[in-house]
Amino acid sequence: MTKSEYGYISAINGTLIEIKGLEDKIRLHDLIKVSEHNILGEVIQKFSDHVVAQCFESTINLKLKEEVIDINEPLSMELAPGLLTKVFDGIQRPLQKTFNKFKDGGLKRGLKFPSLSRTKKWHFVPIKKLNDDVISGDIIGTVQETHLIEHRIMVPPNISGKLSFIAEEGEYTIIDEIYKLEKDSKEKTYNMLQKWPITRKRPYKERIDPYEPLITGMRVIDLLFPVAKGGSVAIPGGFGTGKTIIQQSIAKWCNADIIIYIGCGEPGNEIADILKQFTELMDPKSGQQLFEHIILIANTSNMPVSAREASLFSGVTIAEYYRDMGYDVAVLADSTSRWAESLREISGLLEEMPAEEGYPAYLPSKLSSFYERAGVVKVLGDNYLGNEITGSLTIIGTISPPGGDFSEPVTATTKRVVQTFWALDAKLAYLKHYPAINWLNSYSNYPEYIKNWWNQNDINWSEIDIEWYECRKQVNEILSKENDLKYITQLLGVKNLPEDQQLDLFIAKIIKNGFLNQSAFDKIDNFTDFKKLMAYIKIILLLYKEGKDLIEQGFIIEEKIDEEIVNDILRIGHSISNEDIYQIEKLKNKLLEITKP
Amino acid sequence: MSISYKKIKQIVGPLLFLKNEHDVKYGEIVKIRTDDNKERTGQVVKMNENLIIIESFEETTGLSSENAEIIFTGDSFRLKISKDMIGRTFNSLGKPIDIKTKKELESGILTDIEREIDGIPINPFAREYPSEVIQTGISVIDGLFTLIRGQKLPIFSGQGLPHNKLAAQIVTQAKVLTGEPFLIIFCGIGIIQDDAIYFLNRFQESGNIQNIISFINFAEDPIMERLIIPRVALTTAEYFAFEKDMQVLVILIDMTNYAEALRELSSAKEEIPSRKGYPGYLYSDFASIYERTGKIKGKKGSITQIPILTMPNDDITHPIPDTSGYITEGQLVLSRNLHKKNLYPPLDVLASISRLMKDAIGKQNTREDHADISSQLLASYSSALEVRDLISILGEEGLSLNQKATLKFGDDFEKKFLNQGLGENRNFSKTLTLAWEILSNLEKNQLFRIHKKFIDKYYPELV
Repeated sequence: MTKSEYGYISAINGTLIEIKGLEDKIRLHDLIKVSEHNILGEVIQKFSDHVVAQCFESTINLKLKEEVIDINEPLSMELAPGLLTKVFDGIQRPLQKTFNKFKDGGLKRGLKFPSLSRTKKWHFVPIKKLNDDVISGDIIGTVQETHLIEHRIMVPPNISGKLSFIAEEGEYTIIDEIYKLEKDSKEKTYNMLQKWPITRKRPYKERIDPYEPLITGMRVIDLLFPVAKGGSVAIPGGFGTGKTIIQQSIAKWCNADIIIYIGCGEPGNEIADILKQFTELMDPKSGQQLFEHIILIANTSNMPVSAREASLFSGVTIAEYYRDMGYDVAVLADSTSRWAESLREISGLLEEMPAEEGYPAYLPSKLSSFYERAGVVKVLGDNYLGNEITGSLTIIGTISPPGGDFSEPVTATTKRVVQTFWALDAKLAYLKHYPAINWLNSYSNYPEYIKNWWNQNDINWSEIDIEWYECRKQVNEILSKENDLKYITQLLGVKNLPEDQQLDLFIAKIIKNGFLNQSAFDKIDNFTDFKKLMAYIKIILLLYKEGKDLIEQGFIIEEKIDEEIVNDILRIGHSISNEDIYQIEKLKNKLLEITKP
Repeated sequence: MSISYKKIKQIVGPLLFLKNEHDVKYGEIVKIRTDDNKERTGQVVKMNENLIIIESFEETTGLSSENAEIIFTGDSFRLKISKDMIGRTFNSLGKPIDIKTKKELESGILTDIEREIDGIPINPFAREYPSEVIQTGISVIDGLFTLIRGQKLPIFSGQGLPHNKLAAQIVTQAKVLTGEPFLIIFCGIGIIQDDAIYFLNRFQESGNIQNIISFINFAEDPIMERLIIPRVALTTAEYFAFEKDMQVLVILIDMTNYAEALRELSSAKEEIPSRKGYPGYLYSDFASIYERTGKIKGKKGSITQIPILTMPNDDITHPIPDTSGYITEGQLVLSRNLHKKNLYPPLDVLASISRLMKDAIGKQNTREDHADISSQLLASYSSALEVRDLISILGEEGLSLNQKATLKFGDDFEKKFLNQGLGENRNFSKTLTLAWEILSNLEKNQLFRIHKKFIDKYYPELV
């Protein structure tokens, strides 16, 4: 690092400060340290006689002429063992450690703690051997970071060489010397700690098509609007439509290896809620706390806006690091509207020319630079056997459109950059239909990519031999027919419709009230795995098929199909657990019995 | 150390522009003294090498470059706090006042305890998830939207709806059941004097006044004071909750006045407006108030907030209720239709929600059947409303027996359960008993949201 440069404050306006004396040397987006209060800031504009910086904390009590130091590096994440189970703020300050120091619970200004512990020892197991040639991304060794996750120590990007030293298996801190690389007869020492600037993508070999679904356990999503591992999703919804519940539910149950939850400008009690839930929940497979594969980034609504702006990129940078190890990572950002608002607030202070609704004109490019970091990639390094490995990064962001209006700039812009859109509907929430995902306005572009996966994991029912892809097609058709018939039904009454249309409405009702409606709080209903999902939808579609046959043969549906079996089907969600799907098969046999001519 | 300064360059609304010749701190409090010996308070909001911009908290009418003297105090705004405040009424600067004459009282608060009014953000990791209840004595709130200690649960009202009565009833009846010291802080933002007197009288009648601290900012007071008074009230709340271990309930009425003051100031500063002229930072600003609620790990006290706001034109998508709804943990919405039917409190139960309730009610805090009952009441009431719609198509004769029962339930729900006298205080047990009474309109097999064991235990049998 070069010698620190000094400047001084020449103007203050909210969290923005003007600095003189640094304009010649400083690089855009370098960090600065302001005054004796130790306030961290980032340079965002450079002029001929001054620079403008945004401070990550309040500027109250600062004076003009106070000293500013150029830290000479951009805002970067510390990447090493010790990230999991931690709660950080938007610029990676460790909040647990802060609380242990300040028990009154306040967040004082100018706190200086390293993001990751420098004293905790990790058990390092080497994989590479002395004199091995290694390149970026190669796994030097491993550390069991938590019971659930093995942390793979990788050669940082843009570095390669011959291993001239590698530490033996043993206990090391993240700043202890682990290996040395020799290149062009120069030797350099490395430890487990890497740093990476948050606004830059971490490199990978190549991007590939998504092929596997991210199973969320929510039936409406996994069947109708699936997201692939490596995909991007936006969840817009007015207040009270259940955005946060959906995010929390995905965080708890989805089949990603690592979860990064970003609470961006949301209320503090929500973070407290998540912390409580995750420490209480156990992973069914390993019996360990679910929290062991989670990293929380919390920049709540009353914390400084500029750190809120950074928080999304901080989260996604940590996510890319774990992706590079070959993991499937899911980033859940709640809410991207608060992030966009922080952008607007800073832009307003800079007196930039606003575009729509006061948002800066660069909102779309900033948003796409976030969502574009999702994807399935072949990572730089190879696995132990020298084979290529893939990792994925899924981004699911909520949007809080003012007044629930989806034409506002953040929703409209996000729609252009994401592949999946789960439109939450205030009307459904009002009717207590959860998850309140509107099946007519939502969409997903992933079904074609992942249908092979579903075919391989299908259940075999000879009576109804249709695949996942065909199931969703039929369900979509039934639901759109119901929508078409809505008005005429209100005028004429159901009884006056032709038999086959009555059947459509009847099945649509079962799909809506049974299959699509799901409780996030019920112990059985909160997660439906793919087998139960297929069994559930197939029994409904079987009923549809048999119903059609009955009508053709001249039967009246209500006489053949009693209320009891309908109620049994409606209750499958919370009465039959994932392990007991044979009970759905029993129900199927009962159904076939009844509908026998 | 204070510096005094004479020449104001420019005055725009509440903003004063001075030449920068001093070593001042950003955010520092200034006194603006005029030659008639009146003193106003202001704050440094922007400064560069040439200019200092000061925002006056009080009226700027009558100020000129000639008559005004600016005194830099070298300090940020601090509020004096003491136990003697309990039972009394204050203005936005924390000075005791008499509501009927609007005069400042001589007997100030004697104390060494001073706190900055902006507060410090709470570390999200330090928050404890709220899980204990407050009883308001109002069935529809306690039964369906239970208030939790540490929650922020706003009331969305409209002009002419009885939110004042409801606020007064909550203030006089609210209590914690576990007997810890309980304090109510009532904060009137831009309210008219008649209302202020109404509240005071109600508090006095109830005999509960020794548990109440009131802060009142009258409708004709300067707008800057509206922006300060909730912070003054919350600073007081934080002192009693986190330093004196009390359970504090803060009522803020009316947040619409607050937001309008914020908009006025923003336009004086020539900021770029966002929706309906409100500044883009409305959300962050609201959050800086609403977020000063909650519980902290290792501390006994708590702060609960009921902000009350009137929705302009009853429009729930207006930026004020909309922005609030995104931050708060639920909302209670008042309905003009129910009010017209002479029902009180006219709460629209389908539009209302209390998001923290699910983990707090039940065996330990209220009663084992509480969660099932509230879910059943909402479900059955919602079907009752559907049946009412059906009548307009089918006529009452066309209804099935179950539908008729549902209809009867709906009427009873409104008249017996929701409807309640202004002075009527129902405890949890009474509320739940009443709920069973009206649910008994329905057959047992229609109570599909209630566990069988509770039906067996609580369903009232006819003798």
